[in-house]
Amino acid sequence: MRRARARLALAAAALAAGVVLAQERAIPPGELKSGSVFLGSDLRALQNDDFANPGMLWVERGERLWSELAGKKTLACASCHKDTSMRGVAASYPKIDKASGKLVNLEDRINLCRTGRMDAEPLRYESEELLALTAYVARQSLGLPIATRIDGAARAHFEAGRAAYHLRRGQMNLSCAHCHDAQWGKRLLSETISQGHPNAYPAYRMEWQTIGSLQRRIRACLSGIRAEMLPYGSPEYLDLELYLAWRAQGLPIETPGVRR
Amino acid sequence: MAARIQIPRQAKRGEVIEVRILIQHPMETGYRHDDVGHLIKRNVITVLSCRYNGVEVFRADLSSGISANPYVQFYTVAQASGDLEFTWIDDEGERGSERQSIVVKG
Amino acid sequence: MKRRDFLAGLAGSFALPRAALAQVDPLDPIVRAVTGGAPVRKGKVTLVLPQLADNGNSVPIRITVDSPMTEADHVRSIHLYSERNPVPNMANFYLGPRAGKAEINSRVRLAGSQRVTAVAKLSDGSFWYDAAPIVVTLSACLDES
Ligand code: HEC
Ligand code: HEC
Repeated sequence: MRRARARLALAAAALAAGVVLAQERAIPPGELKSGSVFLGSDLRALQNDDFANPGMLWVERGERLWSELAGKKTLACASCHKDTSMRGVAASYPKIDKASGKLVNLEDRINLCRTGRMDAEPLRYESEELLALTAYVARQSLGLPIATRIDGAARAHFEAGRAAYHLRRGQMNLSCAHCHDAQWGKRLLSETISQGHPNAYPAYRMEWQTIGSLQRRIRACLSGIRAEMLPYGSPEYLDLELYLAWRAQGLPIETPGVRR
Repeated sequence: MAARIQIPRQAKRGEVIEVRILIQHPMETGYRHDDVGHLIKRNVITVLSCRYNGVEVFRADLSSGISANPYVQFYTVAQASGDLEFTWIDDEGERGSERQSIVVKG
Repeated sequence: MKRRDFLAGLAGSFALPRAALAQVDPLDPIVRAVTGGAPVRKGKVTLVLPQLADNGNSVPIRITVDSPMTEADHVRSIHLYSERNPVPNMANFYLGPRAGKAEINSRVRLAGSQRVTAVAKLSDGSFWYDAAPIVVTLSACLDES
């Protein structure tokens, strides 16, 4: 494992040589490509197989949780939301929560309903339940284009996210842009670097042998370049998520994606 | 342990039908470590069986060589209307089962 | 049913030392454990694996056996072996005439590049096999999260 990381360090350092300056849109809308484009044909076929895609196990679990009673008010999600009401919702996140004025992702939004409306404990990040509910809600936006807003109160988060995306970090002094804007399509060890889009998450990764959130994926990149990992739910991750969504504007949602 | 089964809802008598099952299970190899460095105990589904109206038509011995959240696809002849019932058991003795019904005509 | 004897014979393969598997033709000792010495011929079985897998955690595999799958002539079982996994006998599948078609699809874990072997036992007691090489580019270990 350590040797693999050392090799990665070298490979990534080599990449740093060919950097492009950060522009408004490093990847024009016409050139946007989902991460699934960079997969081998087997994993792409698996993602598109509604039955065998292992992520669907969590979607189904989420569907059951959706109508399970929880919290002191003994309510279920289904008590307030119609089954079809979540279509398109995931495509608009992260988003400013009107009540608190805070930027929230889909996971946070689900927990806001649990704490605020059901009087239930929030679900832990990366818990099976939160992944299942998030995957279930996101699945209902399958095929819909990402359409987040960066105006109003979201603007400051967007700017912070853009800065975080271009910040050089870790022992290798690389930013997200070094790989995902400047080097996409190139091989990095056994992986092909994609454009780094969030449209497949929560996604089932073979490396994890389970489903994981977008933040888990971002943490994997940070760990790969030996940069500091912040705790799940940190404001910086949320800002990054918003910037990633803006970069991916128009790409269809693929949840649950299948990845290496 | 949740699972998904896919078979045709309807078939003609004598038709060969495709049967697919996907089971949520980590298939822990016994070689992985947890966050604090402890070895995670091996826990895999060891036996998976499929009965068609009570008669075993398929059975598999599995091991850590089968991927997490195991997927198995095989075939069986549609004989009569009824149920395909899957049962499985893992190293910890936990059992799972799931069934799906089929209507057979002709 | 002869299944019990068969399983008893097969159990021997679990006990095979790893070194023996890596050094000699993996078919040889394994097959003897399964067959009790009966000849195993190449043919009838087709094993399909990708030539290259990006991640050994989940590799699609398909085994088909050329058999009419009738009461008189069918596949009884299919045995799947890895040359390099810590557990060489990855899976055994038991079928019969009611299968109608001798084909199994699944996904396996492979600890590195190697040859994978499938052995089928037919209802007449004969054994057949196919083997396929696969290159597994292990993942970059990008994450420890
Ligand atoms: C050393 C190069 C490198 C750097 C730097 C890097 N990543 Fe990645 N990233 C990868 C690789 C390799 C993958 C896995 C293959 C791929 O691109 O989908 C990946 C995957 C991703 C994915 C998932 C894409 C998908 O479709 O599944 C996202 C999102 C992502 N990275 C975001 C980021 C963010 C945000 C940063 C900065 C904090 C970052 N990455 C920094 C190499 C890098
Ligand atoms: C007591 C009623 C109630 C329950 C129970 C409830 N919600 Fe909500 N939910 C709401 C209301 C009202 C809104 C509108 C936004 C707001 O709260 O400001 C909302 C908004 C949402 C949104 C955002 C929709 C959007 O368009 O942005 C999501 C996602 C959501 N809920 C998911 C869930 C999930 C998952 C559960 C179960 C864990 C749940 N809700 C339980 C009342 C409820």
